[in-house]
Amino acid sequence: MRVSFIRRERASRMAMLLAPIAAFACAIVASVILFTLLGKAPGQALYSLLLEPFLTWYNFSEVLLKMAPLLLIAQGLAIGFRANVFNIGAEGQLIIGAIAASALPVWYPQGDSGFMLPAMLAMGALAGMAWAGIAAMFRTRFNANEILVTLMLSLIAAQVLNYLLLGPWKDPHGFNFPQSVMFPDAALLPILLPGTRVNISLLFALVASALAYILMRHRFAGFQLLVGGLAPRAARYAGFSEARAIWVSLLLGGLAAGLAGAAEVAGPLGQLQRSVSTGYGYSAIIVAYLGGLNPWGIVISAFVMSVIYIGGDNAMVSADLPIAAVWVFQGLLLCFYLAGLTFIRHKVSFTRKPRATP
Amino acid sequence: MNAVDFILAGMLAAATPMLLAALGEMVVERSGVLNLGLEGMMALGAALGFITTYTYQSHALGFLAAGLGGAGLSLLFALIVLGFVANQVAAGLAIGILGTGLSALFGKSFESLTISGLPKLALPLLSDLPVVGVLFVQDAVVWLTIALALAIWATMNHSKLGLIIRAVGENPHAARAIGFRVLPIRCAAIGFGGALAGIAGAYASTVYTPLWADGMIAGRGWIALALVVFGTWQTGRVVFGAFLFGALSLGELTTQAAGVNIPSQLLACVPYIVTILMLAVISSNRRRMRLNTIASLGQPFEK
Repeated sequence: MRVSFIRRERASRMAMLLAPIAAFACAIVASVILFTLLGKAPGQALYSLLLEPFLTWYNFSEVLLKMAPLLLIAQGLAIGFRANVFNIGAEGQLIIGAIAASALPVWYPQGDSGFMLPAMLAMGALAGMAWAGIAAMFRTRFNANEILVTLMLSLIAAQVLNYLLLGPWKDPHGFNFPQSVMFPDAALLPILLPGTRVNISLLFALVASALAYILMRHRFAGFQLLVGGLAPRAARYAGFSEARAIWVSLLLGGLAAGLAGAAEVAGPLGQLQRSVSTGYGYSAIIVAYLGGLNPWGIVISAFVMSVIYIGGDNAMVSADLPIAAVWVFQGLLLCFYLAGLTFIRHKVSFTRKPRATP
Repeated sequence: MNAVDFILAGMLAAATPMLLAALGEMVVERSGVLNLGLEGMMALGAALGFITTYTYQSHALGFLAAGLGGAGLSLLFALIVLGFVANQVAAGLAIGILGTGLSALFGKSFESLTISGLPKLALPLLSDLPVVGVLFVQDAVVWLTIALALAIWATMNHSKLGLIIRAVGENPHAARAIGFRVLPIRCAAIGFGGALAGIAGAYASTVYTPLWADGMIAGRGWIALALVVFGTWQTGRVVFGAFLFGALSLGELTTQAAGVNIPSQLLACVPYIVTILMLAVISSNRRRMRLNTIASLGQPFEK
């Protein structure tokens, strides 16, 4: 018996819808096996991970809170991924955005100007953009691989954050904790849903999703971007520039991540902390792929991933699982999804191995 | 001990985790596959290596477990990119995240425990030399890594096996046409690279700094990936780059010891900044890059 893939003539829509669902099911099965092997109660773990986020209004609102940065960053990254520009340093762009946004409230902790918040958001977005712009410059000017450069820039950003919080920006009355002063009210985002921590950054993320859809489907620029990345040679003949695809992808990705960073410090955190990002930049990569690099698909996958995040926090307490279990689940999910994608363009064929004639 | 002695004595050991991982990745890339999951495979190797060494008090078993763990994770990668013809960049990232998660999951209860490292072995005669003598007093793994680098160089450049691997990487369709089985060869290369990455992680957690901490690989897997580009896929240059980075990471410590007033967090950035600059210098020579880059790197192979 021989199993092989045969290319389909046209992509299967059925497989396109089924792939993420099947991947999700497989990831659950694999995690159950793994948790059982580790001696944890798998039923309790799954209950915490997947159901508890829906059981109380507070938990559900926390899911929406987590969804804002994941969705915003993933939309930015997907623009690049569609054009084959791999910005995997959103984590660093988010951190730099958070730092830049924090500068104002750290320097003016008594500030009460109405311009403070908009200025913070703008500074965060611009700083994230500039940080990603370094990678675009290195790629277009020196041909340096953007995967490695964006990743290195993330590691640098984490150290810059540590330096600021242990040194010049440490709260003098903060009992030596590595965190900044608490921000004044003028530096905080308005709450969207009363009684929860969900702020208007969720709206930013939804607007970004709509803009990403318009860019992708209805604008010539989006098409140029796609071709510039997928077929640089064809693009050159048509007069589209590969360098432009790289610049636009990285700058938009950095802008989204920087804005997400600003919204974290001006939102649920209310100060600059070392844990300003709990891996949003990396999870957003998974969110972007899992959503099929499609703006509406990404909205769904961002929601699912936020459920897992909140569920993971619950599982830490109720099922004694370390938070790393969330990473394992996310990694498995992407592995299975990538394998499942094959069925969109291929069908499986079972053929009997030809016997050697005696 | 002065700064020069300190750097000379320690640079080989500091370079070893990056070198082992980079050598493995170089073979993988030469067969035409890009595995970005190096950081995760190293982390898994570091956790498994530490756990096994601590439990059985045997470094050899620790390295074995780490090698098997790294190879196992890399074979999952092989299944996804070779069996299911998936995007190698995305699959590598997925494996990286999975490996990092697994390492933290397994290593959780082994944090803040310690084990002893490995004894140093001095090469006779050479270690008696003035100044550079300290360079020749290293643990067994450092010596084995250097021997392995020589073996890989000889295999890649002067053996039939090396020729087959390179043929598969440069032009898989031609290689298949003359009767080589592309996917099994790539799969073997991936497994070899994964095993070396796992062992590299174990060296970091059981010998170089004998303890396990979440996040201890600290970007060394990514630096190893950059080293392969820096070395333009040539063994000798990869070794040179790794030693340079080993020296550099110690330069950080000596600067601090010398009382220079630079915050440690900013000094910790130096290897990352150098990686970026180094990539820029090497890659900006587009002609050399085009000559040396593996032609089918990252391309899925379908008959």
